[in-house]
Amino acid sequence: MIYFLQQTLNALQLGSIYALIALGYTMVYGILLMINFAHGDLFMVGAFLAFALATFLGWSFVPTLLAAMIALAVLGVVIERLAYKPLRHAPKMSAVITALGVGIFLEHLMLAFNPYPRHMPELMPVHIWTFGQFSISSLQVLIIGLSVSLMVVLDWVVMKTKLGLAMRAISWNIKIVPLMGVPVNRVISATFAMGAALGAAAGTLYSMAYPVIDPYMGVMVGWKAFIAAVIGGIGNIRGAVLGGFILAGVEIGVAAVLPTTFRDFISFGLLLILLVVRPHGLLGKPRVEKI
Amino acid sequence: MNDTPLLSIKNLNVAYGSVRAVSGISLDVYEGEIVTLMGANGAGKSSTLCAISGLVPYSGAITYQGQSLRKMSPDRLVGMGMAHVPEGRGIFSNLTVHENLRLAAWTQKDAGKIREDFARVFALFPRLRDRQRQAGGTLSGGEQQMLAVGRALMSRARLLLLDEPSMGLAPVLVREIFNILRDINRTGVTILLVEQNANMALRIASRGYVLETGAVVLQGASEELRDSPRMREAYLGG
Ligand SMILES: Nc1ncnc2c1ncn2[C@@H]1O[C@H](COP(=O)(O)OP(=O)(O)OP(=O)(O)O)[C@@H](O)[C@H]1O
Ligand SMILES: [Mg+2]
Repeated sequence: MIYFLQQTLNALQLGSIYALIALGYTMVYGILLMINFAHGDLFMVGAFLAFALATFLGWSFVPTLLAAMIALAVLGVVIERLAYKPLRHAPKMSAVITALGVGIFLEHLMLAFNPYPRHMPELMPVHIWTFGQFSISSLQVLIIGLSVSLMVVLDWVVMKTKLGLAMRAISWNIKIVPLMGVPVNRVISATFAMGAALGAAAGTLYSMAYPVIDPYMGVMVGWKAFIAAVIGGIGNIRGAVLGGFILAGVEIGVAAVLPTTFRDFISFGLLLILLVVRPHGLLGKPRVEKI
Repeated sequence: MNDTPLLSIKNLNVAYGSVRAVSGISLDVYEGEIVTLMGANGAGKSSTLCAISGLVPYSGAITYQGQSLRKMSPDRLVGMGMAHVPEGRGIFSNLTVHENLRLAAWTQKDAGKIREDFARVFALFPRLRDRQRQAGGTLSGGEQQMLAVGRALMSRARLLLLDEPSMGLAPVLVREIFNILRDINRTGVTILLVEQNANMALRIASRGYVLETGAVVLQGASEELRDSPRMREAYLGG
C-alpha cells in the first residue's frame, strides 16, 4: 500500500512534466493542424537555459524559471515566424518535416557549444518529509503543484479569455477568423509563445528532478509527451493533461512489476491498442460538420 | 447620396492559377444603398467579395472611404467598418452563439458598447438570444444565417458584404432575413448583396449588377433590371 502510494507520487511527478510538454504539441496542433516536432527540443533548450542561469549566474529558482519561460516564448515565436509561417499554405507534410529539421538543428546547435552532459545544480534546498515508510519531498510538491497551476491557468486562458476564444475559433476554421477582425498571426504567435514557455517550465522542473541533462534529452521525452497528447486526443487541452498522467502511470506501473527494459515496450504497446480502439484519443472528437 | 462612392471597384481581375474568376469588372456602391451582385454559379460573385475583403489577391483598384485597399489585411478592414459574411456563413460550430458574437466584437474595446451591440443583435434576432449557450453547429440553417449577420453587426459595420444569405433556406425564411436586411439598411448600413435569387435581391436593392463568366453584362436600377428581357429570360424565370 505504501509502495503503491509512493509510486503514485512518482507517476504524478513524471506525469506533470509529460502533461506540460504535451500541452505545447496539442496547442499548436489545435490551431495549425501541424505537429511541431521541434517542441521536445525546446524543452531541452529550456533545461539548458535554466542550467546556465543557475550555474553561471547563480540565480535561484523563481528568476531562473521565469527567465527560461520568457526566453523560450521568444524562441518559440521566432521559430514559427522564420520556419513555419512561410509554409502555412504548403502541404502540412512540408511543415512537419521542417519541424523535424528545426529540432535536429537545435540539438546540434546545443551539441556544438556543449557536447557533454551537465549536472543541474540545486535551485533550492529540498526537504523530505517522512511518514513511516512513505516519504515526499518538497521538490515533488513543487513540481506537481506548479505544473497543475500552470495547467489551470492555461485552461482558463483558453476557455475564458478573448485570446482563447480566438484560438478555439482558429482551430475550427482559420480562414474565417480574419473576417471577425482578429489578427490571426498574432494569435498564432501567442500560441507558440505559451506552448514554448510551458516547455521551458517542464525543462526546468525536469532537470531539477532528474538532474543530468544532455542535448538529446528532448528526443525521448518529447516523443512520449507527443504520444501523451495523442492519447488524450491531440488538439484537446484537457486531453493532453490526461494523456500525460496516464502515460506516466502506465510507465511507472510497468516498471514497478517488470524489469525496466520492458517499460517502454509495454507502455507503448498499450497505447497502440488504445488508439486502435479510440483513434481520436480519449477526449478528442471527430469533427462532425453540419452543412 | 453624395458623389464619392463608399466602395469603388475599377477593372478588378481575380485569377486562381490559370483559372480566371473575375475579368475586369467595375462597380460602385454609395453610402446608404443596397446594391446587389447577381449571376449564375461560377460567375465570379464570391471572388469579387473576397477581393474586396482582402482574402484573395487581385489586380485593379478597390477604394473604400476614398482609401485604396491594396495590401490591407482582412482583419484591419473590419476595424474600418467593413464586414464580410462569407458564403456558407462560416459559423464556428465549436463555439456557442454567444462566443461567436463576442469574437466578432474583437475590434471593440469598450465593454459597455459590446453590451449595447449584443442587445441590438438580440433585438433583431430574438431566436439568437434564446440559443446563446448553444453550440453554433447545432443551429438550423436559418439561425446560422442570422448568427452570421449578427456577427457582422457586432463589429458595427458601415458596409456589409453578404454572400448568398438565401442559400439553402426555405422561402419564408428568405423573406424574413431579407426584411431584416432592409431594416438594417434603414439604420444607415450600406449593403453589397451577392445573390442567385434575383427576384428577392431586386426586391430590396436599389441597383444591381449581373455577372457572367467574370464580367458585368447588365447593370442598372432594380426596376430597369426587372423589366429587361435578358434579365427576365435568364434570371427571373421568364
Ligand atoms: N480557390 C479557388 N481555386 C480555383 N478556382 C476557384 C477558386 N475559387 C473559385 N474558383 C473558380 O473561380 C470561378 C468563380 O468562382 P466564384 O466562387 O467567385 O463564383 P460564384 O459566382 O460565387 O459562384 P456560386 O454562385 O456558385 O457561389 C469559378 O470558375 C470557380 O471554379
Ligand atoms: Mg459564390
